[in-house]
Amino acid sequence: MAQAAAVAAQSLAPGKARAARTVLDQVVLPGEELLLPEQDAEGLGGAGERPLLLNPGARSRVRVVCGPGLRRCGDRLLVTKCGRLRHKEPGGGGGVYWVDSQQKRYVPVKGDHVIGIVTAKSGDIFKVDVGGSEPASLSYLAFEGATKRNRPNVQVGDLIYGQFVVANKDMEPEMVCIDSCGRANGMGVIGQDGLLFKVTLGLIRKLLAPDCEILQEVGKLYPLEIVFGMNGRIWVKAKTIQQTLILANILEACEHMTADQRKQIFSRLAES
Amino acid sequence: MKETPLSNCERRFLLRAIEERKRLDGRQTYDYRNIKITFGTDYGCCVVELGKTRVLGQVSCELVSPKLNRATEGILFFNLELSQMAAPAFEPGRQSDLLVKLNRLLERCLRNSKCIDTESLCVVAGEKVWQIRVDLHLLNHDGNIIDAASIAAIVALCHFRRPDVSVQGNEVTLYTPEERDPVPLSIHHMPVCVSFAFFQQGTFLLVDPSEREERVMDGLLVIAMNKHREICTIQSSGGIMLLNEQVLRCSKIAGVKVAEITELIQKALENDRKARKEGGKFGFAESIANQRITAFKMEKALVDTSDVEEKAEEIIAEAEPPPEVVSNPVLWTPGTAQIGEGIENSWGDLEDSEKEDEDEGGSDEAIVVGSVRADAGIEACSVGSQDAPIVLSDSEEEEMIILEPDTNPKKIRTQTVSAKQGKAPSKQPVKRRKKKRIAN
Repeated sequence: MAQAAAVAAQSLAPGKARAARTVLDQVVLPGEELLLPEQDAEGLGGAGERPLLLNPGARSRVRVVCGPGLRRCGDRLLVTKCGRLRHKEPGGGGGVYWVDSQQKRYVPVKGDHVIGIVTAKSGDIFKVDVGGSEPASLSYLAFEGATKRNRPNVQVGDLIYGQFVVANKDMEPEMVCIDSCGRANGMGVIGQDGLLFKVTLGLIRKLLAPDCEILQEVGKLYPLEIVFGMNGRIWVKAKTIQQTLILANILEACEHMTADQRKQIFSRLAES
Repeated sequence: MKETPLSNCERRFLLRAIEERKRLDGRQTYDYRNIKITFGTDYGCCVVELGKTRVLGQVSCELVSPKLNRATEGILFFNLELSQMAAPAFEPGRQSDLLVKLNRLLERCLRNSKCIDTESLCVVAGEKVWQIRVDLHLLNHDGNIIDAASIAAIVALCHFRRPDVSVQGNEVTLYTPEERDPVPLSIHHMPVCVSFAFFQQGTFLLVDPSEREERVMDGLLVIAMNKHREICTIQSSGGIMLLNEQVLRCSKIAGVKVAEITELIQKALENDRKARKEGGKFGFAESIANQRITAFKMEKALVDTSDVEEKAEEIIAEAEPPPEVVSNPVLWTPGTAQIGEGIENSWGDLEDSEKEDEDEGGSDEAIVVGSVRADAGIEACSVGSQDAPIVLSDSEEEEMIILEPDTNPKKIRTQTVSAKQGKAPSKQPVKRRKKKRIAN
């Protein structure tokens, strides 16, 4: 009886905690509390949304992953960033929830591919600026084919495309330029020409999304070389300075354009 | 936090682009970025945006004793601050070389050019003069701080109004803005800084360098000039050798740019003055809808309450006797009945629900009690208009007139009390009566 009353109270106070299902693709704000759907069939017969239980006991567990912008606090699920709530349903289980937020400050994440600038060479490691709170370290052995005798040719101020292998809170992040097989796989020092510019992290994610048309359209304009770093840096190189500048400005402007506006711009550029 | 380093490839690309006479943001060599000037609600507050560079200017004044060697001159004080908010590389609380250089340049541009008549700031010679303080805060750093700061300083000074003073004998009177309109400062001319960045030992030149262009430049030439093409200060830094025709060419360009900027400033000041005169929204206030929350608040009005009682009695005596109440009871809940039209009485409802809670021990009993109560309600109705308490509130005053025919149907008792006091006692007798009836 008391439990039923509690459930009723929850459903009566929608301002306090909303069910995650109902706010998908809607804006959530920091401090908001979300309720995850109870997937248990034996549950309260469709009584519906209950808070995420940390210890569901004998019931079958549903694995729900909280991505960036969400945080588990006790047995509550809190929003820590402002943005749109997203959800991805895998084959089984509760899926992944995260918040798509718009920000410029990068926080290193293990496995992210980023563009860094070498700021110092000290002993056997390089210090690389990736835009985080701390420079990352990069061992000179973490390049393809590098040995104690055969050092890579890296100068201070060079651009490095690499991957994080260590990225923990309160710890210096560590980068490498090889994959687990020891192959470069596209990583390493980026050439001396071309232009590096900074965009928001949201734009990078948008450009790297599998169904993004922007890149294909850009590719039709001029032949180009392009590198995206998850830390909001883009390196682009085309045949001439003029073309490189045009590409950089288009990519920057793409962030706030609709698909129709983009098509117009591209068709106009293709004519000229 | 450390500044983001400039990579070799950025440097090389920028220099090659400059050689090809191209700039990252698509500007031409002599183009300024967009300048936007906005004003605050108070006099002497402005924000100047130069592209993405933003400077906030605020002028304040104070009466102080003058310097000993300049007994009849007011004091001007400039202070530019580079906060960490503008760029993470700026350290708070430390006088960096850049900051010292910028502050010195500002002082030379504005104080030493004597653009403000300091003698007019004197109140009593040797005793009291005005000290005018100009505070500039960099809100965002995207290159060319000095141009934005000098524009912000002169705009804020032009916009500022100081309180009026009058001297009679030894007495100095300071007037508030309500008593006398504040007076503007007397400004002789408006010096504005224009920056030129030099690349490749002075081969290439750019006006209004952005942050990245500033990082790769070899030298910087700042010319402060007013619209009469008088050079107020000129400073070359970075250790480049310039030919005299280069400097002359720069001064010519500066003259054109200063004329444009001065016109823009005057237009902005004029617009703000108009907006203020019309009393519409101006300054930052334009973007704030502050009436939204207070829109439904009523103003308090004073009311004369000296002879309300007599007046009320007069009105009641003159008024027609209350019409017969329709004796068609509506039964809302068991025990609550409504007679006639009007707002539903809520207090009876509340009381009943309380009662019901108490009664919930035995359901059988509750039903019986309910039916009894309903009977009582109907009974009350059948007695008609005489029995039912009617509450009238018919004047703009908050007065309660309670007609209680119980005591005497002819006699009318009036009460003139404020609403809060009035409601409580008005309920009191009715409650008691109701309880009695339930007990019956």
